[in-house]
Amino acid sequence: MHDPHVILKVISKFLVPFIALFAFYVQFHGDFGPGGGFQAGVILAAAVILYALIFGLDAAKKAFPPSWIRIGMSLGVLLYGGTGVLTWILGGDFLSYGVLAHDPTHGQHYGIIAVELGVLCSVTTVMIAIFYAFGSRQPEVNEDNW
Amino acid sequence: MNLMSIFSQWIIEQGPAFLIVLPLLMGAVTAVIPNKGMAWWITFFVTIICTYTAFSLFQHVYFDSFLLYTMGGWNPPHGISLIVDGLSAPILLLISVMAVLTVIYALPASISEIEPKKRAPFYAAFLICFAGLMGMVITGDAFNVFVFLEVSSISTYALVAMGAARDRRSLAAAYNYLIMGSIGATFFVIGLGFLFMETGTLNMAEMSDILSELDGGSRVSKVGYGFIIVGLGLKIAMFPLHTWLPRAYAYAPTKITIFLASTATKAAIYLLLRFTFTVFDPSFDYIAIMLKYLIMGVAIVGMAFASFQAIFQSDVRRVLAYSSVAQVGYILLGIGIATSSGLAAGYLHLLNHAVIKGCLFISVGAFWYRFGITRVNDFSGLFKTMPLTMGAFTLGGLSLIGVPFTAGFVSKVKLILAAAEQDMWWAVLVIVFSSVLAIVYIGRIILFAYFGTPPKINGSILVKNEAPLMMLFPMWTLGLMSIAIGVNAFGIGDSFVSASEIAASVLLGERG
Repeated sequence: MHDPHVILKVISKFLVPFIALFAFYVQFHGDFGPGGGFQAGVILAAAVILYALIFGLDAAKKAFPPSWIRIGMSLGVLLYGGTGVLTWILGGDFLSYGVLAHDPTHGQHYGIIAVELGVLCSVTTVMIAIFYAFGSRQPEVNEDNW
Repeated sequence: MNLMSIFSQWIIEQGPAFLIVLPLLMGAVTAVIPNKGMAWWITFFVTIICTYTAFSLFQHVYFDSFLLYTMGGWNPPHGISLIVDGLSAPILLLISVMAVLTVIYALPASISEIEPKKRAPFYAAFLICFAGLMGMVITGDAFNVFVFLEVSSISTYALVAMGAARDRRSLAAAYNYLIMGSIGATFFVIGLGFLFMETGTLNMAEMSDILSELDGGSRVSKVGYGFIIVGLGLKIAMFPLHTWLPRAYAYAPTKITIFLASTATKAAIYLLLRFTFTVFDPSFDYIAIMLKYLIMGVAIVGMAFASFQAIFQSDVRRVLAYSSVAQVGYILLGIGIATSSGLAAGYLHLLNHAVIKGCLFISVGAFWYRFGITRVNDFSGLFKTMPLTMGAFTLGGLSLIGVPFTAGFVSKVKLILAAAEQDMWWAVLVIVFSSVLAIVYIGRIILFAYFGTPPKINGSILVKNEAPLMMLFPMWTLGLMSIAIGVNAFGIGDSFVSASEIAASVLLGERG
């Protein structure tokens, strides 16, 4: 008994970390070039989805438990909103990143990075949630079962 | 004391953003907290704080001037601006007050309606829906309106579907609403696309300036307006586009019906007003034609037709849902007349109808909570088994018909006067005819409740089974409120009327 998908498994095992790495490249490239949290989130989710396609949904659920999904979604929103709340506490308007550091330009940088991390968190988990929801659907009742 | 004054100052400065951010973030927190009981308390306090904020903003707008808030310090037209003025402030206050009352009602109701596992997500979705409605009303950026419209709609679909724990038909209703609502949102955003093509901006104030410079713009902006009307019409449940509403209202969890009936369609009507009168201008010939023939036409037909349909419904929640479609007709009629008295009457009816329908749906919800049924025949003998609930229902019902000394009377008389001013006697006739139909469909329920015999349970007649206090409180608050508007107790009636007059003057550009 040997596995018919051995090439797929070896190659995708090799690819998954690089996809994740590329996601983080896009993420941190986002504040001064094309890219950002949304694209990075989709790429990161694609890594998990590829893993699920090759190794099965159960293995993917072990690697990325469904219980993380709700936490991740909320954490993303809270990171984004929390940045705004922090600027409020520091005496600025909502999401006016300038107050985050002594130099407003640095403040803008910190603010963008924090907000984009929030977007990454939410988008990754939502994408995986959609995949899990469709993937774990029970097959519909067929004629013989009536 | 000092801290309090700093806080109230801060609320005025940052309030517009605070009203959206607080429920949105707390919605995210509520979704993850492990303790189920906490979810209700968080929701309750968030709605209370939002009501306080909305009230402060309302006061500021009334005694001072309108508020403009720029997100992240980016000035319009590049940044997103939030605007609180005489038009949006009353709606903000209305939404937050209704949210508080709904949450109070929801504590006993969710015990019977929502599975324990789903209660925290339920409150999370409720808070996000609340944030979306607030955002829709407060924002001054046209695309942002679409975003918040979707935020509130998507959470609403989920909330409607949660009725499945008691009635599986809510799944079909939610799906139907999802399809119709998505089509509406798509039409709306296509319309915005056309407007953006014409004006090159998404800021409402600048859009309005450019459109008036172009004297209404080319065919592109006409098509854009058409798409926006259809899109919003679906959300408003404007007569031929109302088919999603009766089912969604009848099968959603009762507390969601209360919240939707008194806020969601109202926020959409606010958007219709905002786009028709402040982004576009009724002086453009195509807007005038639209108002005169389309809006007024569907208003008249909707009022008569939906009231007529309400008479033949066997489920009380469907009766009230069809009646909501008819009441939207009254509001649209006021908008279609487009004079300052017509707009004020329509706006006043919008506020009053939210109060009345809230009261009616809470009493039906309380009945459903006790007996689990809502057919008209089941109301038999309800004055003996649930006298307080039925009392509030009667107050709401009389107000819906427009009996003197109730809220419905005040706004209907204003509407009739506004129509008569323009010599539209046929409109007066339809208003009266539709009110007569209201007597039939409300009277039918009240007759059953008053003269019927209470149901027998295990051979003995059920004597008394009153709703819990947590339900009676919001029910009677709204019931007494509608009377207070009608008899002008504590100046409540006058403040509603002056709020609607100020809103009308904002719409006609007489007040900044």
